[in-house]
Amino acid sequence: MTTSVDTTKDAKQSPEKAQPWKELGLKLEEYKNIKQILGRRPTSAELAMYSVMWSEHCSYKSSKIYLRQFGEKVTPEMTKNLVVGMGENAGVVDIGEGWAVTFKVESHNHPSYIEPFQGAATGVGGIVRDILTMGARPIAVMDQLRFGAVANPDTARVVHGVVSGISFYGNCLGLPNIGGETVFDKVYQGNPLVNALSVGALRHEDLKLAKATNPGDLVILFGARTGADGIGGVSVLASETFDADGPSRRPAVQVGDPFAEKVLIECCLELYAAQVVAGIQDLGGAGLSCATSELASNGQAGMRVQLKNVLLRDESLTPEEILMSESQERMMAIVPKESLKAFTAIVEKHEVEYSVLGEVIKEPRLYINWGDEEIVNVPPRSVAHDGPVYERPVLYPTWLDQLNRDSVINNNLRRATEASELAEQLVQIVSSPNQASKSWITDQYDHYVGGNTALAMPDDSGMVRVSEETGLGVAIATDANGRYCQLDPYQGAKLALAEAYRNVASSGAVPAAVTNCLNFGSPENPEVMWQFKQATAGLADGCLELGIPVTGGNVSFYNQTGDVAIHPTPVVGVLGVIDDVARRVPSGWQDQGNNIYLLGITRDELDGSVWSEVIHDHLGGKPPVVDLKGEKALAELLHGASLQGLVASAHDLSEGGLAQAVVESSLRFGMGARFWLNEILERDNLDLTAALFSESTGRVIVSVGREDDVKFVGLCEARGIPVLRIGVTDASEKLEIQDVATWNLGDLKQAHSSTIPELFG
Amino acid sequence: MPKIIVEVMPKADLLDPAGKAVANALQRKGHSEVTNVRIGKRIELHYENTPTDADLQAAKQIAADFLSNGVIEDVVNVSVEN
Amino acid sequence: MKIGVVTFPGTLDDRDAQRAVRLAGAEVVSLWHADTNLHNVDAVVLPGGFSFGDYLRCGAIAAQAPVMESIIDAANGGLPVLGICNGFQVLVESHLLPGGLIRNEHQHFICRDQKLIVENVDTAWTNGFKLGQEITIPLKNGEGGYIADAETLNRLEGEGLIAFRYSEVNPNGSVNNIAGLKNKKGNVVGLMPHPEHAVEPGFGPDTAVAMRSGVDGLTFFTSVINQLVNA
Repeated sequence: MTTSVDTTKDAKQSPEKAQPWKELGLKLEEYKNIKQILGRRPTSAELAMYSVMWSEHCSYKSSKIYLRQFGEKVTPEMTKNLVVGMGENAGVVDIGEGWAVTFKVESHNHPSYIEPFQGAATGVGGIVRDILTMGARPIAVMDQLRFGAVANPDTARVVHGVVSGISFYGNCLGLPNIGGETVFDKVYQGNPLVNALSVGALRHEDLKLAKATNPGDLVILFGARTGADGIGGVSVLASETFDADGPSRRPAVQVGDPFAEKVLIECCLELYAAQVVAGIQDLGGAGLSCATSELASNGQAGMRVQLKNVLLRDESLTPEEILMSESQERMMAIVPKESLKAFTAIVEKHEVEYSVLGEVIKEPRLYINWGDEEIVNVPPRSVAHDGPVYERPVLYPTWLDQLNRDSVINNNLRRATEASELAEQLVQIVSSPNQASKSWITDQYDHYVGGNTALAMPDDSGMVRVSEETGLGVAIATDANGRYCQLDPYQGAKLALAEAYRNVASSGAVPAAVTNCLNFGSPENPEVMWQFKQATAGLADGCLELGIPVTGGNVSFYNQTGDVAIHPTPVVGVLGVIDDVARRVPSGWQDQGNNIYLLGITRDELDGSVWSEVIHDHLGGKPPVVDLKGEKALAELLHGASLQGLVASAHDLSEGGLAQAVVESSLRFGMGARFWLNEILERDNLDLTAALFSESTGRVIVSVGREDDVKFVGLCEARGIPVLRIGVTDASEKLEIQDVATWNLGDLKQAHSSTIPELFG
Repeated sequence: MPKIIVEVMPKADLLDPAGKAVANALQRKGHSEVTNVRIGKRIELHYENTPTDADLQAAKQIAADFLSNGVIEDVVNVSVEN
Repeated sequence: MKIGVVTFPGTLDDRDAQRAVRLAGAEVVSLWHADTNLHNVDAVVLPGGFSFGDYLRCGAIAAQAPVMESIIDAANGGLPVLGICNGFQVLVESHLLPGGLIRNEHQHFICRDQKLIVENVDTAWTNGFKLGQEITIPLKNGEGGYIADAETLNRLEGEGLIAFRYSEVNPNGSVNNIAGLKNKKGNVVGLMPHPEHAVEPGFGPDTAVAMRSGVDGLTFFTSVINQLVNA
């Protein structure tokens, strides 16, 4: 087996050499561009670097022009608490008292279809490292999962693997899982979505950035050894120098070791506390290629790297493979020479391996040597930041006109006429897979570790205490609705934002920042690009109106099988701040004799609803109207009310409407309630189906102690929030909806909790 | 590469949930001819040179003291392999 | 009163155990796995987690750590030692407690609020409970199934060495519903559930009174302080 290396000298001397740029995913234009940048053909290693750093996943080439909106549609007021905005590993928000939090959501979709367990596990590992890289201690995780139809036998394979993978990795890291969502829909059959979110806390002065600025500082790779993980495609290069077996030995999947990452977390936090690290980057997609070029480019400096110094798990790796490897649990630190001794003492204490790869130089050039041979000599900026920017064709999907006309009302979708039928539909809905209890899944996650979890599933947001002295904490909610987005991607994105915002407000926190994970089909499909354009605009406009900025996020394209794309599924995460987590508001009532109020107006809005899906297997029309001004007013009311301790519980209304909300609130602590709907029917001009199942926005149900009634209602009226008393809690262990039915809570609980275990247990 | 192989199995009379899970899966796949499954570990100890008798004795001690938990496992094999 | 909390590579609940010690009113001493010095602590807690990645067997490699040499010695001499979850596994691998802990019967990691019956109050860590008291302590593990041969079981039952039993639900297939054990002297106690997650109002298990208000776990830590103070 030959190990001849393609050097920069070779590149100058053999300009006509055929190179597999196409197999590596580059376009001819891009290959020519690289030649122009370098003034010669690229070496094998350089070609590999550009191909992976200019890929959609790393360069955001199809989405950049739209993502700009998140940075442009902002006001100074909105960004005043932003310590670090978009473009870094994760955004950082000031939450007061000298504390900041960093959070982000990312996707690991395609690997999770190929190898669900490792795909999901390494997805968690990757996002946690991003948080760690900012100088923060990771304090919680959440996940947003979308699987295919429950009846399809392949779905179970993916569900079991993904849930076990998240459980395995997250639990082993000692991070509480505080919430998320799980949705089943046949559109995700061949394209499951596995999005993972992490949040970390840091003191302002501990912030770290991924930049190498000071010439002479050392470049150190530490953590796990480098192996052949995730380099599948790049082995095309290896075949030039290997025998026929070569490529087949190279896996496309990464394998994670959470124990190694846990040790890395503790090691890094100690390095940070000792202030021996000037900059730090984690190695994720594109491994060393990314870390070296980004650190250099961000610092407007350069680097000299000796690739043979990389500690290998597999000595047969070629230089190209080393540069592309996606072996997990690795970090790259920029360490001032005078701090090297202290640095090595700490990593050795934690028994973490490290090697000095080189140093930072003034000239903005990245030089990588393999022994005495120079194999990379590029401007780092061209690799990391000046990648191609596409303006993909955008085409309005004409089928949408018909789909929008195809509403619940225009189709005359049958509504129940008898109370018994309505009652049956309620049970059908709350026990349907998307609406049923997910505790079979979430009981596989640790939500206690750390001792700071104030709220977790099934409450409306996950809430974690940051300061043990004062109770200062953060709340996070994530939401998305692919069905709404299919009907109208602009409104759909706003709806997801509104729901996450409302969830955070319902738990007593003040929304402060946004992250997003945009899951779409192929950007080469102009109709998908239209959906993307609409959704990003909807989200950016929505954030501007609500006054909270996007701090970072992720784009996942190519979620499609053949020509059929998934529903556009932008996942929106909202982070809120609460001055004392003791004030948090649970989603269900625990006291009897409390009045239950419905805040907001209900319209007949069943298009795209769970009712239309479960009862009629229908998707058509236009999604519910969004009124962000109203959401803001509602959130402010909830905040004000919770500051005064007026609200005993609050639960927002979304999928499944009022019916779902009252069932969930009753089952939360097993406290029954009695409801009457005649007033809402009259005030909002509705029939019972709309009253129970409409998914109008801007609504929350709250329970209020008798002694606080007058004050609470007064507060609503003063702020112009529509408020209607619709029920009262009682210790009957029954749920009664007048003129519809009375259910035993035990029966409802059985229906609600048995669906998922029966399908997947 | 000179090696000593150590094989550890869960004790026969104790519960082996992993083995049981695999046995059930095989039954479901139609392999009624497999009546039971037990899952253990194979551990390889690597040496510079061919292991001596002393090395083998030491390996047996390591197997008994550390590589297995005598309460729940039995060492069923310690042997040299080349 | 100084209570040592051990950290192995992969230990996860050490910070929680430290908080529990502080809330109970004692001083925390962090004990690093590679250090044999116990710094004159009056008691030791082996917290939960995945020490050494659970490699080989849960707790097997941790049991060989330098700090464990000192702890085994001290425990044999009467030092109170509490092993929680992975800590219980370390105690079993160290032979300070008998039996073994294997994969949960249902093959999944499970996190739930678990009801336990206190079966023995004659220990350094349970003297604050009433015999037969039912408490609620969070449980979270994948390898929590307690297992022992018939002879050992008979001895444990006969000599009253069961410290806790699972009540209402056996979450992992442990024989005889055993959730925790004590040694003969009563200074060493090990259990699978996590008392350190039920020590602070607002962050423990739900109770009928209020969400997350359960603090049954605090008694473990006040018990040992009580015993040491009154020794």
